[in-house]
Amino acid sequence: MTTATDGNRELEAGLDALELGPIEARRAWWRRALSGGLPPIVAMLALLGIWQLIVSTQHPVNLPTPSEVGNEFQAQWDLGRIQQAVGNSLYHGILGFLISAAVATPLGVLLARVSLLRRSFRPLVTGLQSLPSVVWVPAGILWFGLSARTLFFVVLMGAIPSIVNGTISGIDQVPPLYLRVGHVLGARGLTLARHVLLPAALPGYLGGLKQGWAFSWRSLMAAELIASSGSLGLGQIIEDARNISSFPGVIVGILAILVVGIAVDLVFFSPLERRVLKRRGLLTA
Amino acid sequence: MTVLDSLRRRHVPDTAEVDSAAVVVDGLTKRFGRGPLILDDISLRVAPGEFLCILGASGCGKSTLLNLIAGLEQPTAGRVAVPGHKPSLMFQEPALYPWLTAAENIGLALKLRGVDKGERKDQIERLLSLVRLDGAGAKRPHELSGGMRQRVALARALAQDSQVLLMDEPFAALDAITRDVLHDELTRIREEVGATVLFVTHNVREAVRLGDRVVLLSSRPGRVANTFAVGIPQPRRIESPEVAALSVEITEHLRTEIRRHAQAPTR
Ligand SMILES: Nc1ncnc2c1ncn2[C@@H]1O[C@H](COP(=O)(O)OP(=O)(O)OP(=O)(O)O)[C@@H](O)[C@H]1O
Ligand SMILES: [Mg+2]
Repeated sequence: MTTATDGNRELEAGLDALELGPIEARRAWWRRALSGGLPPIVAMLALLGIWQLIVSTQHPVNLPTPSEVGNEFQAQWDLGRIQQAVGNSLYHGILGFLISAAVATPLGVLLARVSLLRRSFRPLVTGLQSLPSVVWVPAGILWFGLSARTLFFVVLMGAIPSIVNGTISGIDQVPPLYLRVGHVLGARGLTLARHVLLPAALPGYLGGLKQGWAFSWRSLMAAELIASSGSLGLGQIIEDARNISSFPGVIVGILAILVVGIAVDLVFFSPLERRVLKRRGLLTA
Repeated sequence: MTVLDSLRRRHVPDTAEVDSAAVVVDGLTKRFGRGPLILDDISLRVAPGEFLCILGASGCGKSTLLNLIAGLEQPTAGRVAVPGHKPSLMFQEPALYPWLTAAENIGLALKLRGVDKGERKDQIERLLSLVRLDGAGAKRPHELSGGMRQRVALARALAQDSQVLLMDEPFAALDAITRDVLHDELTRIREEVGATVLFVTHNVREAVRLGDRVVLLSSRPGRVANTFAVGIPQPRRIESPEVAALSVEITEHLRTEIRRHAQAPTR
């Protein structure tokens, strides 16, 4: 009897080992950084090359060379304008985004779980999401004047619908089986939400947050372009350059907005998303 | 239906009767909304510590029966009693939570049962070693093989510390060798914890390999067609002649059941 059980134990260990396969060694960090970071850098350099090529062969009137833009950037940097604008815009964008997330998350959970609310408000939320946030700028100016409150207002109107929708679809994607298991394990109501529903909805919810950030950033730039408030923002850098017909200045502003948007995604959202997906085995490689 | 029939249908066993059984199913009838009758007047009585296999063709209502016993569905008529226990249920898929490690999956069941933090750790260790997964607690479900996942799911079901374990085709998706090993494990674990098991399957040999008793359900609607006592001592081997002989007999009954539907026009 003992030998039969031992044989079984070995058989089982063998099956487990076979199914799991050999453990792959982790690649060194610099190799991973290189393979992740190199392609986009090469792509950027290639685009710069094409830009330079067009300028030096076609000589278009209204297109500055990369070096003109570089000089303009240097000049504004030396004046401290870039740093100040990036700081202010990030501050308004991130704070606005956080407020949006705090408002939109409970709203999303409520709309996802209460069928009457969902049927009543979902179409409106979806409609608001496709509304360009610029349209809120005049209303914001009339209500709040040329102040930071207008900026926050426009950011909130842009980001909240998108985070609400992301939360709803995150919850909708939770397999019903998870909820049934939770039920069998004795979880009800808030306990079920905390231990099963919300963690299960996390990947979809993160997608919603990421999109919410994109909407926050876009809305903020629209607002800054039109409603120059007291503090200097990236949108205003573009507007100021346009006022003095400085094409390199306009491009410096656009590039700065682009770079900051990419950086926030690379530094914050992408690693977070990767981590969550990887822990759940939803990410290969 | 005669008056006597309807009286019998509503007959509620007295307390002594209920106390002596681990699971009582009485005149259980189920239809979903205005759909066809799925289960019709099913009565079962499972003794404490008994291993009962419920056998039936695909779609005959086996899962529905277990869900009713687990309280996940409400009966249309009849009743279910699981005196003193909230049964635990193991699904066909392992249904482990992918955001938790194996140990945390088991720990969640303990936590929801109200086991405090200090004791949880010991219990997790004990349960993992019961299903022979010592050392795999830190792994996440996607890092485990199918058989290992079902063992974690079994440990999680056992963590509910219910004396009644409902299992819905838990090994159907596994390969034959893994399934054989898990049959041995289940037999061993059942003896160790002394639980009552209701095990649903459409695999006749599996039913005979595991069960003390095999209940054969008919299809559309599901009724108890036959009950077989399996008098073969454990541990059994699925390839043993005794298991094979009884399997042949039961398969014959199952075939007859299925053939009936060839003659009857389908609804
Ligand atoms: N929630 C539901 N609503 C409507 N019909 C259902 C529902 N659940 C099950 N059914 C029906 O009840 C019948 C029995 O389903 P059930 O899942 O219980 O069968 P089963 O014996 O477990 O089948 P399988 O062997 O495929 O697992 C099926 O015809 C199915 O379509
Ligand atoms: Mg089923």
